[in-house]
Amino acid sequence: MNSSQTSDQTLSAILELAATHFKVAREKLTPDDDFFKTLGINSLQALDLLTRLENHFHVELPDYELQGVSDFRTLAERIRARL
Amino acid sequence: MTNFRGQALSWSVQDGVVELALHREPCNELGLVALGEAEQLADSLEELSQEAHTLLIFSTLKPGFSAGADLRELYRRSRELEPGEAAKSLRAQLERTHRVMNAIDSSSLMTIAAVHGVTFGGGFELALVCDLIIADKTARFCFPELRLGLIPGWGGIPRLKRDLGNAVVRDLLLTGRSMNAVRLQQVGLVSQVVGEGEALRVARATAAQLGKFDRRTAIAAKRFIKPIPHEELRREIDIFCELFTHPAVEAGLRRFVECTDAQPYLP
Repeated sequence: MNSSQTSDQTLSAILELAATHFKVAREKLTPDDDFFKTLGINSLQALDLLTRLENHFHVELPDYELQGVSDFRTLAERIRARL
Repeated sequence: MTNFRGQALSWSVQDGVVELALHREPCNELGLVALGEAEQLADSLEELSQEAHTLLIFSTLKPGFSAGADLRELYRRSRELEPGEAAKSLRAQLERTHRVMNAIDSSSLMTIAAVHGVTFGGGFELALVCDLIIADKTARFCFPELRLGLIPGWGGIPRLKRDLGNAVVRDLLLTGRSMNAVRLQQVGLVSQVVGEGEALRVARATAAQLGKFDRRTAIAAKRFIKPIPHEELRREIDIFCELFTHPAVEAGLRRFVECTDAQPYLP
């Protein structure tokens, strides 16, 4: 993954990864969903998702950057800022 | 005691390796039960070193190695006891915990922490007493204590200082952020990063490697390389106990314990 990836590609990769890992149908996830509610996860699982995203995109994303972030679109913006 | 089955942890000896499994649901929160059982381990280390060359610590629980101290129990006890008694009880518990950590840190057994998932606070401190940390790629490390108005109290700071450059120690402590295994391997703390679910298998293979060499020589090398920072460990207890008296700590613990939303582990 590199910075030449488009925003849509980043967002799509996140949705795909989250759907696969948390076993939720991909079509049930939309960019503006609250991922805690839609994925049915707590903060420990959110950290797990963060680790997987860091490994996937080869970035480091401090967890305090997720303060107040609960939707996939904003999460994608945070990740893109690190590419 | 070469075999032990407890509520929070269990151990057995296999092929020259003491395998210590942490298994207290939900994520090995370390409270008084775990401490009591860990003290039995500490008291057994000399006997175990006659039958084994390595101690391997791992978790059987999916969420991770350990989420750290049992904050709910800590909060409850601080509320149940009179302030003077609570302070004495806290110091006593810290000293007991340090005794266990120091025993593992200085053991003549080689020690490996095989970690995955959440490795926070006291759980991170337990991994730090080991000679090697082998992490699977889900492992996430954190010292969140500043979020509670505290510092790590189980030897985390002196041991981080022993193993890492000061800049990384400052980053971990002052931001309270979590870092993944790859990052901590890059700075030299994690020995190997392996695929999800592979940490125990790789740790066993590493333990077999550690067992190949002359024990006396390995023990001498370990003691030379890895001093125990006794003075700093004692100061850490003093600082922790002083900080614990501040109102911000009770407020921080209450916030954590009473949190009903999805995010108590996020900063």
